Amino acid sequence: MRTTRFSRLLPFVVGAVVVVVLALLPMLNLSLPGILPGPTYTPGSLALMSLCMVFAALALSYNLLLGTAGMLSFGHALYFGAGAYGLGIVLEAAELPLVPGVFAALLGGIVIAVVTGAVAMRVNGIPFAMVTLAFAQAGSVLVRRNQAITGGEEGLGLNTDGVPDWLVGVVNTRNLYWISLAVVVLVYLIVLWVDRSRLGHLAAAARENDLRVRVLGLHPARAKLMVFVIAGLCASLAGIAYLLLQSGTQPSAVGADLTITVLVMVVLGGVGFRWGAIVGGVLYTILDQRLTVLARADGIQQLPDVLRVPLSEPLFILGVLFILVVMFLPGGIAGTVDAWMRRRRGTRDSGMQEGGALDALEQQIDRQAVAP
Amino acid sequence: MSTLILTLIIGLGLGALYFLVASGLSLIYGLMHVLNFAHGAFLTLSAFVGWAVAQAVGVTGWGGFLLSILVGAVVGAIFAALTELLLIRPLYERHIEQVLVTVGLSFAAVALFEGIWGTDPITIAGPPWLSRTTEVLGASIPNKYWVLIIAAGLVLAGLVLFLKKTRYGMIIRAGVENRAMVTALGIDVRRSFTLVFAIGGAAAGIGGVLAMHALTYVSAHMGSTLLIFAFIVTVVGGLGSLTGAAIASVLVAVMQQVANTYLGGTGDFIVVILLAVVLLVRPAGLMGKRA
Repeated sequence: MRTTRFSRLLPFVVGAVVVVVLALLPMLNLSLPGILPGPTYTPGSLALMSLCMVFAALALSYNLLLGTAGMLSFGHALYFGAGAYGLGIVLEAAELPLVPGVFAALLGGIVIAVVTGAVAMRVNGIPFAMVTLAFAQAGSVLVRRNQAITGGEEGLGLNTDGVPDWLVGVVNTRNLYWISLAVVVLVYLIVLWVDRSRLGHLAAAARENDLRVRVLGLHPARAKLMVFVIAGLCASLAGIAYLLLQSGTQPSAVGADLTITVLVMVVLGGVGFRWGAIVGGVLYTILDQRLTVLARADGIQQLPDVLRVPLSEPLFILGVLFILVVMFLPGGIAGTVDAWMRRRRGTRDSGMQEGGALDALEQQIDRQAVAP
Repeated sequence: MSTLILTLIIGLGLGALYFLVASGLSLIYGLMHVLNFAHGAFLTLSAFVGWAVAQAVGVTGWGGFLLSILVGAVVGAIFAALTELLLIRPLYERHIEQVLVTVGLSFAAVALFEGIWGTDPITIAGPPWLSRTTEVLGASIPNKYWVLIIAAGLVLAGLVLFLKKTRYGMIIRAGVENRAMVTALGIDVRRSFTLVFAIGGAAAGIGGVLAMHALTYVSAHMGSTLLIFAFIVTVVGGLGSLTGAAIASVLVAVMQQVANTYLGGTGDFIVVILLAVVLLVRPAGLMGKRA
């Protein structure tokens, strides 16, 4: 029994250690040449790491949607943008202080997620993907057109009147870093809670076999909408952190391109694995930054055009990498590592296995039926 | 009155463009259940190659114009067929992965186009007749819209003839309706997959070159913008239905133009509202099969 208790506690211990180490990074002088632009305490490195965490939070929320509930949405950026623009607008136009502003932005994100989610869920699968894409595009058009409120193509700057001084300016990057860390931890805990709750089991079971869940007398549609809204809320939270970190936001924070970016992150990391989503978000952000720097390197610039042009386009390299992962590494990074660990341990049972979520749900229902 | 006629005919011309993109998407989805995100990339590549051809032959002549369309169709067909053979086929029946691969392809392709042709739009001046106007009931209609409408009409007629009269066309139609049944009859439906992709790619290629002539510029993001409207059109029309795509293209584009003219530029928004209404009332789309 001791080994099972230990193996159950292990992820929590590892998680706590990682969070503590990350929280201490701004005080340390560590260098990761090739990955970070400078030592860990410098604002440049802290800003990059904060951006990684914001995108890790966004990827986690998308993994909840795609990995747990099996909903392929192409409109997830809409809720990220709702958080970023929502806070930006209430700070600018309503001149609210930061904390009420954050709650107003989150509320806005929830309302948008409920309305768009309820309509989009009239269809399933691929049509659902297309409809969510259309909604995100409408959001993007609204942002670009209403220049008076959103700043249009120029983007919206952060109005710092309502923001406490310790969150403003390059000097305070490490405070923003801690905020980003708090956001990713909070989103992780929310996602973990959903995955372990009856709601998450129901959504996961509906992903595997919708009909069988309905035969059990349950309503998967409501659970899926709930998961959709929670994922939207987490994305809004990430968007809020993004606005504070970048001290502004651009229309690209709402568009289809960002959704596709998040999709690439989650698939690279491994769909259905929380730590995979984090790894994917971090890896993508760092690669995107570093490949841009690499593209300007002399070695690349001197190559003949046939090689130089593709290699100086970071998104081309990432797109090709994505295609290769989808074709040859179906589980992404986390799925491959997980399969390798299982093979070493010689066990085959997996929570992600076909039918696993359904059986878990049925067991839970049985337990509740037996309980007085 | 003349404003209304102008709006309606421009809407029809825009609808023709949507149809050229959406027809391929709808057929591909109907037969293979693949949502092809790379369709926009087919269109953009054809437009760029069509631009290069028109530049080489002479932009202001009709020869260059027609040749650029022909080359655009061929480039679109080849790009699409290669996509099917190399990326879609190995992931047979894994629909989500197939979508993801096309997402990756469009991602990489747009970046590559930016690398080759730059991020700024490249302008082109077509035959002078295209930029002139024709009087219809007091409205001055730019001639380029006639070209779009005629081209889409020809493509629609060609597709209908192909689907109704040829053996491959019949296999495709039967496959859209009931693939299991066609397979049970001993016909390998998979062989027609590449064909459907090539046809869709050719239609998108024609659309790309015509869009370039109509907009008088070409940019790496041209395809992505059109693709979103093509998605809306296919959902509104009913996935897999060519007639549905044709009707929905006109409906969506005309509504968009009318709203842009009379409701203060709210066209894009009205289209999304139309999509939401269709989904709430008829989730399968106007001409779609009941799921």
